[in-house]
Amino acid sequence: MPHSALWLDVGPVEQLPALGARTLPVQGGEEIAIFRTANGDVYALNNKCPHKQGPLSQGIVHDNTVTCPLHNWRISLATGQALGDDVGCVPTIPVKIDGGRILIGRKEALANAA
Amino acid sequence: MTDTPPHLVVIGNGMAGCRAVEEILARDPGKYRITIFGAEPRVNYNRIMLSPVLAGEKTYEEIIINGQDWYDDNGIELISGDPVAGIDRAAKTVTSRSGRAISYDKLMIATGSDPFIIPVPGKDLPGVVTFRDLDDVEKMLAAADLGGNAVVIGGGLLGLEAAHGLSLRGMQVTVLHLMPTLMERQLDEAAGWLLKTALEGRGQTILTGADTAEIVGDGKVEAVRLKDGTEIPADIVVMAVGIRPNVALAKEAGLAVGRGIQVDDDMVTSDADILAVGECVEHDGNVYGLVAPLWEMCRSLADGLVAQPNGYRGSVTSTKLKVSGIDVFSAGDFSGGEGCEDIVLRDATRGVYKRVIVKDNKIVGAVLYGDTADGNWYFDLLKKGEDIAEIRDALIFGQAFASGGGAALNPIDAVAALSDDAEICGCNGVSKGTVMACIGGGAQTLDAVRSGCKASGSCGSCTGLVENLLALSLGDDYAGERDVKPMCKCTSFTHEDVRAAILEKELKEIPQVMQELSWSTPDGCASCRPALNYYLLCAWPAEHKEDPQSRFVNERMHANIQKDGTYSVVPRMFGGITTPNELRAIADAADKYKARTVKVTGGQRIDLFGIKKEDLPDIWADLNAAGMVSGHAYGKALRTVKTCVGSEWCRFGTQDSTGLGIMIEQMTWGSWMPHKFKIAVSGCPRNCAEATIKDFGVVCVDSGYELHIGGNGGIHLRGTDLLCKVATEEETLEYCAAFIQLYREEARYLDRTAPWVERVGLDYVKSRVVDDDEGRRALRARFLHSQKILQKDPWAERASGKEAHLHQHLAEIRPFAVVGA
Ligand code: SRM
Ligand SMILES: Cc1cc2nc3c(=O)[nH]c(=O)nc-3n(C[C@H](O)[C@H](O)[C@H](O)COP(=O)(O)OP(=O)(O)OC[C@H]3O[C@@H](n4cnc5c(N)ncnc54)[C@H](O)[C@@H]3O)c2cc1C
Ligand code: SF4
Ligand code: FES
Repeated sequence: MPHSALWLDVGPVEQLPALGARTLPVQGGEEIAIFRTANGDVYALNNKCPHKQGPLSQGIVHDNTVTCPLHNWRISLATGQALGDDVGCVPTIPVKIDGGRILIGRKEALANAA
Repeated sequence: MTDTPPHLVVIGNGMAGCRAVEEILARDPGKYRITIFGAEPRVNYNRIMLSPVLAGEKTYEEIIINGQDWYDDNGIELISGDPVAGIDRAAKTVTSRSGRAISYDKLMIATGSDPFIIPVPGKDLPGVVTFRDLDDVEKMLAAADLGGNAVVIGGGLLGLEAAHGLSLRGMQVTVLHLMPTLMERQLDEAAGWLLKTALEGRGQTILTGADTAEIVGDGKVEAVRLKDGTEIPADIVVMAVGIRPNVALAKEAGLAVGRGIQVDDDMVTSDADILAVGECVEHDGNVYGLVAPLWEMCRSLADGLVAQPNGYRGSVTSTKLKVSGIDVFSAGDFSGGEGCEDIVLRDATRGVYKRVIVKDNKIVGAVLYGDTADGNWYFDLLKKGEDIAEIRDALIFGQAFASGGGAALNPIDAVAALSDDAEICGCNGVSKGTVMACIGGGAQTLDAVRSGCKASGSCGSCTGLVENLLALSLGDDYAGERDVKPMCKCTSFTHEDVRAAILEKELKEIPQVMQELSWSTPDGCASCRPALNYYLLCAWPAEHKEDPQSRFVNERMHANIQKDGTYSVVPRMFGGITTPNELRAIADAADKYKARTVKVTGGQRIDLFGIKKEDLPDIWADLNAAGMVSGHAYGKALRTVKTCVGSEWCRFGTQDSTGLGIMIEQMTWGSWMPHKFKIAVSGCPRNCAEATIKDFGVVCVDSGYELHIGGNGGIHLRGTDLLCKVATEEETLEYCAAFIQLYREEARYLDRTAPWVERVGLDYVKSRVVDDDEGRRALRARFLHSQKILQKDPWAERASGKEAHLHQHLAEIRPFAVVGA
């Protein structure tokens, strides 16, 4: 499916490693991290830990959380909320898979972008 | 015209079309005159049973749902083998391929789905088949008669059933699946792994992560080539990668079509006189590929058409795989998420994995492998949205247990109620009586019971029961859980238990360990996954398959992540010795990749800071070209071997400490450890290389070499213990290798040598490394064996393209370029 008014096509889903993430810089905006869980679910978040801006894309993914590589905060991929005792939240971007392509919400992806 | 009832024309003589007609007839047999068009030249049969037909378990005759007599008895005209080619909504007629035009009062579209063909070169070669109807099955049977190789593309339900059938028919079957786990839409990773192992056990080859590039052949199929260049010979290729709702007719007729033909709750399309049902429809944004939802749609369609509309509300689906001897069940949503809790039961002996996902005291999903008896019960609770708070503790054990009052009792009363010959430990066949006798005989802890009667010593899933028995018989005297902590919250086993089990049961992959040892989470956590990856690597160096996603970021990227997300790069300088050429290459790299800081480290080498992750493979290639390898400054691995100048130059030097340090580093670099490991060699007791705060330190003296272990200069300063003194460099190397291997094999992941030596005691280490000559040599041999396989420069592998995706962005978004694209 091509780009549309609401969705941006950012590539084929098989380019996401299972239990891993790829990054998506946005010119003038916030870099996005796209995650894939063991179940094959795909999530997109700003690539910035609410603690000290750690690159979440480099953390370990388990179940549907990611553990930040810098100081081990656990972040929910679904909501962007920090889990456990930590408090903070990172913006999420709507994602859907259509015909094997990853589509992310255009408006949210371009938030703050020039 | 006044007498004849209105004419209902059905396009599609398949499962949904005919069932909808049955539902209409059941409500009012005289309401319509009915004509059914079918593209296939046969009556209505049960499509899902094509799998057993392929496998030889059923014949075509046995799977017919409605024979010709059904059409005759109900006055239905069946026009088979002549597909409808067009719909004229204005004239209210349909025209078939042979030119037959028929008018309708009501039209029902039930055209099902078409198999999706991946658009690769060679897709049209003879020998490439799909799996949708009886003709396809016949083609597969004809190929199987000749034997040879079958390649099935797609490891979903359909593909696996095709593979199973072809394999039973004597073909050599390879399944290619794009995703990392089989049936990933229905099964989680753990169950997918069990399924894969079971199918491989039956002789199928399963390749996951396999991306088809081309189907090769001259005039007919000969092989399938993957994107990574692998070629798999094939006499037949079955494409089973998915289905697409068959919407062509509806689209041409101008009906509202999304992914499927859009219908309302009564299955009416955007044209009030045209209904649609089955796999070809889209209801409320959903399309379905299973029969259960079709039955519900057909009921709503008939109610809406001839009785009181009841309105279709969408379906929750469950899946079972029809491969004899392999029981798999899945239902609902198993992806977890906010507020979801997993209840997991694993029984390795019986090969069972069960996972029920609960949210707000309701079941939202279930994945069952090996024992699917309770699948329907869970599915029922799920569909009804039943509150399961009352039976939560017993839920995972299934309906019989949960409704047998298991939940009402407290767990200790429950074990008290068991008879003496009730089996407690399935792995070792230990009854309650035996466990009680063992406790009566003085076993007061879980460990004592495990060694006394073997109960809970294998898979551990009965640990809870054994602990309850201990509590039952010892009352307040039972000290409770063991003081050695489990590895993490995902398991009740300690690090030592897990390592022992890996060796004993020959476990070689992370999901296998999790299954055999009854992990309570589906895919572990950030603390157990890296530990398991290391334990497997240490136990089975030759067979180890690296799992990058179970490595901490630094080890996955082979560079140290910095607080701004850039990386630092430290090339190895053996023994702290460098050359003008190496220094030039480092300087060039620092310029070329814009290192913002160049620092001499405390480990006698140079650190380049601020390198971008995209540039890592290139900078490594440049450093490789100058002869340098990774310094592993990021790893739970050998870090540096620090040396002083020694007898070469120093007026006090007693031995060639620099040369010995280089030899040690050449032997040990690249070895993964439970934690980082540092070595130093000082040329005399003035100890300029600080050898007595290292994990392994050598202090040279006139008469030989003092070997020191267990030092740490980090958070808690600890001076080394003297292990022994040896006379030669060869012995130094031998003891060093043996000590490292003992640490590698026995320390817990993330234990440095200092706390490990404190725990096990210096005497123990001496008994293994100094007193036991044969043992020491065996340890050294195992270390060298592992090094032979794993001493590779990870930078060189990456520079040549391995794991390239880790360093590149998926894509880049440039807002202005995209608008209007
Ligand atoms: C670069 C360096 C400092 C320097 O500029 O000199 C350094 C830098 C870091 N050290 Fe260190 N340590 C460095 C020598 C040391 C030393 C001195 C030595 O090795 O002679 C020590 C004390 C000796 C020891 O380890 O026993 C040392 C004790 C630590 C510790 C505490 C370890 C402990 O057991 O208590 C940590 C934390 C950890 O590993 O968990 C640490 C962790 C780190 C990390 C990796 C922090 C991190 O996780 O990001 C720093 C990485 C910086 C980077 O991105 O490169 N670093 N660190 C030194 C690299 C040596 C090398 O060439 O590889
Ligand atoms: C091998 C196999 C195994 C399966 N196993 C399971 C299972 O275990 N459980 C489960 O729930 N589901 C299973 N399914 C899926 C299930 O069979 C389908 O969901 C179901 O058959 C869909 O019914 P339908 O009537 O919508 O489509 P179909 O049954 O495909 O019927 C559509 C019919 O319309 C005909 N048609 C198409 N276009 C035209 C036209 N222009 N004119 C006239 N006729 C036309 C087609 O030839 C076809 O006969 C399986 C499917 C296959 C192929
Ligand atoms: S001492 Fe602390 S701040 Fe300095 S490099 Fe080591 S870890 Fe970082
Ligand atoms: S920046 Fe993520 S935990 Fe600190």
